[in-house]
Amino acid sequence: MNKNNIKNEMKIEFSSKSANEAFARISVAAFASQLDPTIEEIADIKTSVSEAVTNSIIHAYPNKDGIVKLRATLLEDEIEIEVSDTGEGIENIEQAREPLFTTKGNLERSGMGFTIMENFMDKLKVESIVGLGTKVTMSKKIKNKSLENTY
Amino acid sequence: MKVNHYLEDKLLFFEITEELDHHVVERIRKRADYEIQRFMPKKVIFDFRRVGFMDSAGIGLIIGRYKTASLYGGSVELINVNEKVKKIFEMSGVLKIIPIVDDFSSEQTG
Repeated sequence: MNKNNIKNEMKIEFSSKSANEAFARISVAAFASQLDPTIEEIADIKTSVSEAVTNSIIHAYPNKDGIVKLRATLLEDEIEIEVSDTGEGIENIEQAREPLFTTKGNLERSGMGFTIMENFMDKLKVESIVGLGTKVTMSKKIKNKSLENTY
Repeated sequence: MKVNHYLEDKLLFFEITEELDHHVVERIRKRADYEIQRFMPKKVIFDFRRVGFMDSAGIGLIIGRYKTASLYGGSVELINVNEKVKKIFEMSGVLKIIPIVDDFSSEQTG
């Protein structure tokens, strides 16, 4: 990312409580609206943020409260979102990213979180160190809809 | 979540009225299981008419209720699923065992 292209940036930190999942995705959606995205693009972003934040809440801090950090950067025609925690970390990232793989089947987790992020965003990067935490970075191009806006 | 029982058809009807994420699913899962275990329906229907948002937690919710309903010989169907939510279900492959039904008759849902 070229720093010169940054139009706007925001950071939020919140407790790893499940009630904050809606807060997180709505905050990013509101911020992203500055790029004039389509309803479809906003929905993709909301779902992906919800997945990443839920992962931190469930997996990073399974038995205690921790802090989840959320950062969003707006570029000319792109949004980059970073969700990070200082929790347990992921042992095998490749395996974690496989569709339907979950370590929390007892919690009825479907194992589709990373697959959804991959499908709904353009890029997805997962970095993790066991015992230190996880950082998920994802980005999505926002098409300029001013020409195709019909309402 | 609204719950309706149709005694004649042994049909249990859940209308989900919330955004379906992990937080909400934790709250409504027990209620749904309680109703299924009590009523032992032949069919469980989840109405997604009012679900504007769902993430992967919704997949877990539906699969979990399918497992509960199966214990009593019941099946699960989904109705009024929007395109966005449908895409998420499709990715998981769950629609092979829990179909989306288009032509659920309106007199049954009131």
